[in-house]
Amino acid sequence: MTNKKNGFWGRFLMFLMLFFLYAPIFVLIVFSFNSSKSRSVWTGFTTDWYVKLLHNSAILNALYTTLLVSVLAAIIATIAGTFASIGLYNMRRRWREPLLQVNNIPVINADIITGVSLCILFVFLGRRLGFELGFGTLLIAHVTFNIPYVILSVMPKLRQLDNNLFEAAQDLGCTWMQAFVKVIIPEIMPGIVNGLLMAFTLSVDDFVISYFTAGSVETLSMRIYAMTKKRISPEINAISTILFVTILLLLIIINVREARQEKAAKKRREEFKQ
Amino acid sequence: MKNRRLASLSAYPYVVWMAIFVVIPLVLVVFYAFTNDAGQFTTANFNEMGSYTMVFVRSLVLSAAATAVCLILGYPVAYVLAKESAGVQRIALMLLMLPMWINFLLRTYAWMSILENTGLLNTLFSDIGLIALVNKIGSALSSSYVPIDHFQMINTQGAVILGMVYNYLPFMIMPIHSVIVKIDRATIEAAQDLGADDVTVFRKVIFPLSLPGVLSGITMVFVPSVSTFILSKLLGGGTTMLLGDLIELQFMGGAYNPHLGSAISLIMMIIVMVCMALMNRFGDGEDQAVML
Repeated sequence: MTNKKNGFWGRFLMFLMLFFLYAPIFVLIVFSFNSSKSRSVWTGFTTDWYVKLLHNSAILNALYTTLLVSVLAAIIATIAGTFASIGLYNMRRRWREPLLQVNNIPVINADIITGVSLCILFVFLGRRLGFELGFGTLLIAHVTFNIPYVILSVMPKLRQLDNNLFEAAQDLGCTWMQAFVKVIIPEIMPGIVNGLLMAFTLSVDDFVISYFTAGSVETLSMRIYAMTKKRISPEINAISTILFVTILLLLIIINVREARQEKAAKKRREEFKQ
Repeated sequence: MKNRRLASLSAYPYVVWMAIFVVIPLVLVVFYAFTNDAGQFTTANFNEMGSYTMVFVRSLVLSAAATAVCLILGYPVAYVLAKESAGVQRIALMLLMLPMWINFLLRTYAWMSILENTGLLNTLFSDIGLIALVNKIGSALSSSYVPIDHFQMINTQGAVILGMVYNYLPFMIMPIHSVIVKIDRATIEAAQDLGADDVTVFRKVIFPLSLPGVLSGITMVFVPSVSTFILSKLLGGGTTMLLGDLIELQFMGGAYNPHLGSAISLIMMIIVMVCMALMNRFGDGEDQAVML
């Protein structure tokens, strides 16, 4: 790009943009510590809303459902996605390319369409097989929209893989399975872990798809939605603050991991040169 | 090579899973859209949509407005950002994406408390005397003026547009930025050597070269805007029904009619597909934003 540096106005513009993005979140967090229910007038510091949150059984149940479905969906999607990536990687191009296109559908499509289409399927099957929408269907929906992201983060690692490594391990006496577990898996591990974290974060964050597939079960997002419709309690602000801090920590972990991996890769390359 | 064939088997369970839970549901949407309760073929669902023309128009107009605002705000930021050092850019991009990871509902809820009639902005306006000033001017201009005690900001179409802009603005900045960064410095220097001033360089070199990013940004803002169903409920006060709300109503609301809902979903799917096809054909720079 251009050689000229930004003057005062350039920096000011960037600052304004960040202010626009962060001010509402900041307001949300500040008012989670407000001693009255007012969302516009500061009346004093309190942590009451956090205490209340801990005694709100609807929220705790929703939190439990969210964590359970996110952990299960992330683990299942990571295992399934890893095997799928290995399979896809070894497939002929003619088959792989169209399958990867299908893989991208849930990533690209509007959430509401993914949610509605799964809703139709579950109601359709439920009527014939005699089940109702609930935790099971919620879990299936989450696994379904998580797998593509796992594949998107594992596939590049497989492409970087040196095929000779696998054959070398077998030449040195490993069985096919041993070579797979001891060579391939460790090599693509960073992609697998990033996929897992990504899947977990997406699951925790999801509202739209859960809304259409959860039936009578309630996730945290759905609980928040129900609360915003009544729009009274600063408990929502308290949940937001907790979620914000959690997401922030998760993102920091992901980014630090990535930075470390880059550094390690760089080091290895330099050693190789010597 | 036998091994590779064997290894490819491990994708089969996944292929079956995706067929059942991605492909078949979409086929069902198409099937439901063209049938009635008795399972007979009909196009009545699409005819019925005629009575919701206003919703279609409003959805498209509000989304288009939000996309335009995002472009006007986002382009300069992307441009300015691209001039910064690599370190600053990295941090700024992270800061841009961070709010996207906060639950969509909460980001929108934050705006509710700011825009409310007794909310933060109205409190601020009345504290600095802006509302009193408006009342003074109003009563001076006309005798039938009714004094106000707040500005109506929430439950308006403007609030819905604001919600869209706030939630999707980073999706506009990211692709434009990633395209501008890649512009070869030599191209710009060549233009300068040939006598172009800054404005001409921007108009004739940088802007045309950044168009693929602009197109990606437009798609990435427009698609989620047109399919949202929460923004209109929380910020529009239910008065501004959008396409997403209409679909939701057919599946979860009182007006249970999955056939009409599917027909509208099908139309929305076509809108999404057209946008995506345009982006794949001409756009660039979306990879980064999708992964973030």
